Amino acid sequence: METTVTKKTERLIGKPIRRREDPRLITGTATYVEDIELPGMHYAAVVRSPHPAADIKGIDTRAAEQHPGVVAVYTGKDIDHLGAVPCGISLPDLRIPHHHLLAQDRVYYVGHPVAVVVAGDRYIAADAVDLVEVEYEPTDSVSEPEEALEAGAPAVHAEWPDNVAFTHHQEGGDIEKAFAEADVIVKERIVSQRLAPSAMEPRGTVASWNSGDETLTVYSSTQIPHILRTLMAGVLGLPEHKLRVIAPEVGGGFGSKCELYPEEALTAFIAMKIGKPVKWVLTRRDEFLATIHGRGHIDYYELAAKKDGTMLGLRVKIIQDVGSFHMLLTPAMPTLSVLMLPGLYRFKNVHADVVGVFTHRMATDLYRGAGRPEATHGIERMVEVLAAELKMDPVELRIKNFVPPSDFPYDTPMGVSYDSGNYKAILEKAVETVGYSQLRQEQQEARRQGRLMGIGIATYGEICAFGPSPALPTGGWESATVKIEPSGQVTVMTGVSPHGQGSQTTFSQIAADELGVDIDDIVVTHGDTSTVQHGVGTFGSRNTAVGGTALVLAIRELKEKIETYGAMLLESDDVTYGAGVCTCNKTGKTVTLGEIAMTSWTGPTYPANTQPGLVATNYWEPPNFAFPFGAHIVVSEVDPDTGEVAISRYLAVDDCGKVINPLLVDGQVHGGVAQGLGQALYEQVVYDDTGQLVTGEYMDYALPKAAMVPTIETDRTETPSPVNPLGVKGVGEAGTIAASPAVVNSVVDALSHLGVRHIDMPLTPEKIWKLVQQGGSA
Amino acid sequence: MIPQEFNYSRPGTVQEAVDLLADHDAKVLAGGMSLIPLMKLRLSAPEHVVDLGRIPDLSRITENEGSLHLGALLTHHQVATSALVQEKCPLIAETAAHIGDAQVRNMGTLGGSAAHADPAADYPAALCALEAKVRLVRKDSERVVDIGDFFVDALTTAVEPEEIITELILPVEEAGTGVSYQKLRQPASGFAIVGVAARIRRDGGRIAMARVGVTGLAASAYRAAGVEALLEGSEGSQADVAGASAAVDEGIEAISDLHASSDYRRHVARVYTARAILAAL
Ligand SMILES: Cc1cc2nc3c(=O)[nH]c(=O)nc-3n(C[C@H](O)[C@H](O)[C@H](O)COP(=O)(O)OP(=O)(O)OC[C@H]3O[C@@H](n4cnc5c(N)ncnc54)[C@H](O)[C@@H]3O)c2cc1C
Repeated sequence: METTVTKKTERLIGKPIRRREDPRLITGTATYVEDIELPGMHYAAVVRSPHPAADIKGIDTRAAEQHPGVVAVYTGKDIDHLGAVPCGISLPDLRIPHHHLLAQDRVYYVGHPVAVVVAGDRYIAADAVDLVEVEYEPTDSVSEPEEALEAGAPAVHAEWPDNVAFTHHQEGGDIEKAFAEADVIVKERIVSQRLAPSAMEPRGTVASWNSGDETLTVYSSTQIPHILRTLMAGVLGLPEHKLRVIAPEVGGGFGSKCELYPEEALTAFIAMKIGKPVKWVLTRRDEFLATIHGRGHIDYYELAAKKDGTMLGLRVKIIQDVGSFHMLLTPAMPTLSVLMLPGLYRFKNVHADVVGVFTHRMATDLYRGAGRPEATHGIERMVEVLAAELKMDPVELRIKNFVPPSDFPYDTPMGVSYDSGNYKAILEKAVETVGYSQLRQEQQEARRQGRLMGIGIATYGEICAFGPSPALPTGGWESATVKIEPSGQVTVMTGVSPHGQGSQTTFSQIAADELGVDIDDIVVTHGDTSTVQHGVGTFGSRNTAVGGTALVLAIRELKEKIETYGAMLLESDDVTYGAGVCTCNKTGKTVTLGEIAMTSWTGPTYPANTQPGLVATNYWEPPNFAFPFGAHIVVSEVDPDTGEVAISRYLAVDDCGKVINPLLVDGQVHGGVAQGLGQALYEQVVYDDTGQLVTGEYMDYALPKAAMVPTIETDRTETPSPVNPLGVKGVGEAGTIAASPAVVNSVVDALSHLGVRHIDMPLTPEKIWKLVQQGGSA
Repeated sequence: MIPQEFNYSRPGTVQEAVDLLADHDAKVLAGGMSLIPLMKLRLSAPEHVVDLGRIPDLSRITENEGSLHLGALLTHHQVATSALVQEKCPLIAETAAHIGDAQVRNMGTLGGSAAHADPAADYPAALCALEAKVRLVRKDSERVVDIGDFFVDALTTAVEPEEIITELILPVEEAGTGVSYQKLRQPASGFAIVGVAARIRRDGGRIAMARVGVTGLAASAYRAAGVEALLEGSEGSQADVAGASAAVDEGIEAISDLHASSDYRRHVARVYTARAILAAL
């Protein structure tokens, strides 16, 4: 057999390597759940509640069952022996309603699954959905969380008439003292509206039951195949080792696919029942109704400060709109916000109260940023409000209160330890790049002409690289296996489950540099619980920091073994491995990695006390989170006649630690900014007062299109993280976290001379026009 | 997004198409940009779909005795980029360029947009300002309808189930006529929250002709006769334009939805009317 390992000297880490994933994505040859065709495939379609709250008086499935081509119809009574949709969070007073896969005698939100129809053809299944007759008796519903908290509001769950789903309290320092010593206290109610995560690929699952060996294979559009397997085995009552979960190509998730959804388990249940493979894929309309939403915060902020701008204390009350049921991590969302409330500032005293509220809506859970955008939006708005109150420049006020570089690692009053940073440097870089003082002069001139120009700054710190296991119900470690095949190519198996991040590229760069081999000799695989060692998955900007570190450590372990084999082949005890060859330090003789690999697998002899084969697996538990940070600056202009906002500049300066691939980092920032800007200007999930979802299509849910996103200038500082050997932090969520306050601060700044202090998102032209009309008084 | 079952025909001539419509309870398919989403959402479930897409006669552009005849099947892209249309009837070309995104402009058609009569569609404003005529053909006869009688209500026109639109007849613009289409986009759909099309001709320092069509504000597009009357004969000063534009919502019941209240729509209609007139002047 031939060995094919290329020598390589050029380092790839830090280089803008094009994404190795893209050819298959661009040419349409990737395999998504929808593309999986199995012989005898059946199709499931879900009957959903049209009411936000109703008792089910009866379900007549006869017409649907008799419809030609329909194989089965299942309702709540057929699945009541199965487990519930899980919530993985524990909090002392958390109330977890039993979340059946199908509604039992009541529905709790529009879109609640009530029955599922199975047919040999997806069109027939869709037709039969309309034939299932459900008799509902609608009851009063409540969809606004603050209304749900009022006495006498309809109870979402009869056993908890106050609609409180959980509470959470965290504090550090002495908040009373801080407020007593303050010269000024500014207060604001700040809403982070519900958003639809909007992954390009809707959710979907294919399940196939092998009755011969009683095993189940589930293909699902998920970010967490290994966790999904554990959870699904529990729900179905199937031994976990009989279940194989595969995440094929996944077309985005943004957090929304970090769940076990009822439909995933139902598809598996049906496949086992009918003994045929079953496919179920959400329509876009159902995606809006029944995929988790993000955000959904109403926050009350109070910030206490000295006249000179020294910020003393922050008191926050968070009202989290839960929806009617918890999904996997729902209650954790506002607790993550709490961790990041202080932002980049040296607050000594922070006091946070959270209340989660049941409403008759789809559940909220993690969406790009997951709790941190809400916190960052809050603190970055409050700093601006304070700057306006004190008539201080917002840049100066921030710099005055930043945690200084000398204080790292920095323990915050919220009990986390910021790993590394230089906040002043990044803001100064942004200010200089954008030409801040010049812009302020232009703004003065614009105002003289009656134009409304605004300059918005947002700095952010985020907690990512999730994370040490005590902070996660799933475990926070990550795994990697590296295997040198007999003919010398490298196979990497990672426990993360990338779905658009480009980790096959970054992990290939890491492996290429660590092993000193050509990138074309590396393949990175993931997402199949039968072929990949146990893993945690992809969320919380953790792939590179945690999964990449496991990979580095696995390779380093393997390199020792490579040298052991090299020593045997070179008949020397002084060898060094590098750049694809093992060299004898005395004679200069070399042996290639390919030759070593072949010997390791095929012998005939092996070094003493050394197992055959070149394969190593590492499970890495991070000692801490990582804390990226940055400064974004937005220049905008408001049309005084109509309230339309035009963004003329968007500058993003980010620090995500060491950069593995600048092209991918820029891509993450661009996409993140687009989503944050979407929240700031356009997007909102709206339920009307009867509990109906109004924004059920992209004709009404305003996701920004490419032409609506301004040119984004990107720049960086690079502060390595001491938490992992790569020095990386994470950049998956940064753009989203920074963009919403940067945009809103810019528009508020444009109107500040009219007395405007705060505007809730999205900044619709009508909202802004009204403020201009009222001369700023909201 | 799975439509109900339907039959499908693809006639090669107008005659075949109208014969099919006479014999079946059918719906016409042009670019499918409006009909197919409705079918996928099962808001529309025609038993039979007659696809006009392969009738070459319906994509012609001809000039005839001071009129421009635009085939119903011309895509928005074709209308926007035709040199003849740009020269002879620039308002319709400019309006076409404002519709949707590139994909929609490459599929959606002039006749389809007119027939669909979405209250927020762009073309209807221009068609009103142009006093367009619509040719409707059925099995044994045809008729020409003035645009003023064409748009009946939201999603409702004078087109009868057995008829198809074969062409729209527009005036060739006289020298000295300025035109403009101005639109505030609904951020999700790209349709108009309000769109205003204006055609203005000056003669000896005064406005001799003013035509203003409005979409988005009411259930149907309309000609703002009050604005036109105030403009004609005036000098077209800033003040004249502002005064005239204030009449754009006279007697109109303004739409209100998630994206804009009726008050805001009225206000924006006045602002955009003034902008369209000033740009046309
Ligand atoms: C994403 C998106 C964005 C859009 N944005 C805009 C926008 O910004 N502005 C805008 O104005 N429009 C917009 N549209 C609508 C688009 O312009 C459609 O193309 C147009 O409304 C319908 O034209 P069509 O050829 O696709 O018609 P179809 O969808 O094929 O048909 C629509 C209706 O007209 C009937 N019909 C079609 N042709 C004829 C005919 N010749 N005679 C009789 N009846 C006929 C059909 O039976 C059907 O009832 C958008 C559409 C989409 C999908």
